[in-house]
Amino acid sequence: MSKTTVLAGQPEWNKRSKTEQKKSKRFAYKKYRLLLIMLIPAVLYVTIFNYVPIYGLLIAFEDFHITKGFFGSPWVGLAHFEKAFSDPGFYLVLKNTVLISVYRMIWGFPIPILFALLLSEVKNVRFKKAVQTASYLPHFISWIILGGIFMSILSLEGPVNAILSLFGVDPILFMADTKYFRSILVVTSILASFGWSSIIYFAAITGIDPHLHEAAVVDGAGRIKRMMYITIPLLMPVISIMLVLSMSGILDAGFDQIFNMYNSQVYDVADIIDTYVYRKGLVDMDYGYATAVGLFKSVIGLILMLTANGLAKRMGGGDYTLW
Amino acid sequence: MVRYGSKVADILLYAFMTGVLIITLYPFWTQVVISLDGGDAAHSSFKLFPSTISFDSYKLAFDFDALWVGYKNTIIRTCLGVVISILATAITAYPLSKKDLPLNKWITRFMLIQFIIGGGLIPNYLLIKYLGMYNTIWALVIPGMLSTFNVMIMRNFFRSLPESLEESAMVDGAGFLRIFVRIILPLSMPIIATEALWVGVGHWNAWFDALIYTNDTNKEMLQLVLRRIIIQNNPTQFSDILTKLQEKNPYSGMQLQATVIMLSILPMLVVYPFMQKYFVKGIMVGAVKG
Repeated sequence: MSKTTVLAGQPEWNKRSKTEQKKSKRFAYKKYRLLLIMLIPAVLYVTIFNYVPIYGLLIAFEDFHITKGFFGSPWVGLAHFEKAFSDPGFYLVLKNTVLISVYRMIWGFPIPILFALLLSEVKNVRFKKAVQTASYLPHFISWIILGGIFMSILSLEGPVNAILSLFGVDPILFMADTKYFRSILVVTSILASFGWSSIIYFAAITGIDPHLHEAAVVDGAGRIKRMMYITIPLLMPVISIMLVLSMSGILDAGFDQIFNMYNSQVYDVADIIDTYVYRKGLVDMDYGYATAVGLFKSVIGLILMLTANGLAKRMGGGDYTLW
Repeated sequence: MVRYGSKVADILLYAFMTGVLIITLYPFWTQVVISLDGGDAAHSSFKLFPSTISFDSYKLAFDFDALWVGYKNTIIRTCLGVVISILATAITAYPLSKKDLPLNKWITRFMLIQFIIGGGLIPNYLLIKYLGMYNTIWALVIPGMLSTFNVMIMRNFFRSLPESLEESAMVDGAGFLRIFVRIILPLSMPIIATEALWVGVGHWNAWFDALIYTNDTNKEMLQLVLRRIIIQNNPTQFSDILTKLQEKNPYSGMQLQATVIMLSILPMLVVYPFMQKYFVKGIMVGAVKG
């Protein structure tokens, strides 16, 4: 048998008889022995680093002590969950998480789309590239540095207070004010991410057949009309998929950012599930409890994503969903 | 693409985009200004340009040993991390790029499931402890070594290479290993470079794993040194340097922070414009479903 027939593959395969299929299967194993061996490290790696931690979630149901280990620690059933649900502190972080990420989604989701739509109307290629390059930049800077920069801009001596003082407003200690802190988180996170998030929409816009626009122009459609009736409808599948994806992250309020920007004065409005899990687990070493809270978060995220995907499927069919 | 629009709309559009340009670059510009400002003792708050240019804070920052220890460790981590990741990704992606490889579908699924579910912070932390990786560089480069996303992108790239190349090499008697090393890898430099950049930037900016998996100041990463200076505001050596600087400039706390920020992102700012197109290209390649 020549190699090409095997490589060319699928269609003829199905036509063959069962015994022949078995034979060629055995042949494939033999032929690809080396490649299968190459995959062993990856399978082991994924097992250890991705699946073992999933198994490790069982410590959410244990009174886990690091000295007694996974198998030596006693089972406690749902005690950690009961503790969480009866703790007002847990509801506070849950509320903060949901609020911050919902605000972030309401404001942050449309902005990249709008930005991509508008920038695609810019004709000057160099200017367009410059704006694009600048808008991606913050994505490549860590939140430690971004947090530091934003804190310095919002500090008492910073430019924001300097501008406010021109209007006779007294200096505001933004980073320590519970009134402003959530808005600051949302605005700065959008500033840092809108450019990078817009890439996928750019790609989709570039993929639109220019003939559609030409035909519309012949029919007398202006810029706005073409955007409304051509570009946006053709973007809908991408928008929908991005929305479904972001639903699963509704309880991800942005650990990196908040952990580096918050302080004890604003815990009440800024402490989220992830920072709470970090403090309970790695600072207070209450492993079982922290794992239970983390598990709660992942389960809700998974349910939200499945629901959103289901809704998208019902509304728009296969093009609008993840699977 | 054809465009027919009014002049007014164009002017508004360009004005708006210039605004976007300013808003995204201004935060970084403030740091440049603050770090270079000679300090005329006037309120140093809101300047678009430094009143006088001085490199005092940069000179002093060179005495800040912790910063350079962090630099060194981060460079080591980044290089090691990139090499390990790219090797692992390529070795995994190549077999998976063969559509008729037995078990291909199952292994792909096995690797994809963890996109949806994962163990979370504590089980991962305990795993690293049990594996004895705590406080070693392996805790920083091994756990994120193989990303399914990167594997899928590289696999798609391998699939896009012409099959006839491989077939003719096989006719000449080459095995898969030789084909992989001599033909596939050299042809895949675009995707390898792209992913190396992604992984490299990831390692350069990573801090949380270093925070939880290491506690030895000699092994401290640059980002954590920065965190102590910028966020927590209190390393001892830093305050010595600060006192020296304060004789000249009353706002030197902010200035020294800005200087350290500049020193740490400078390498990024220099190479960024050149790398940028690769980042984007990679995303586009990855967007091709396969």
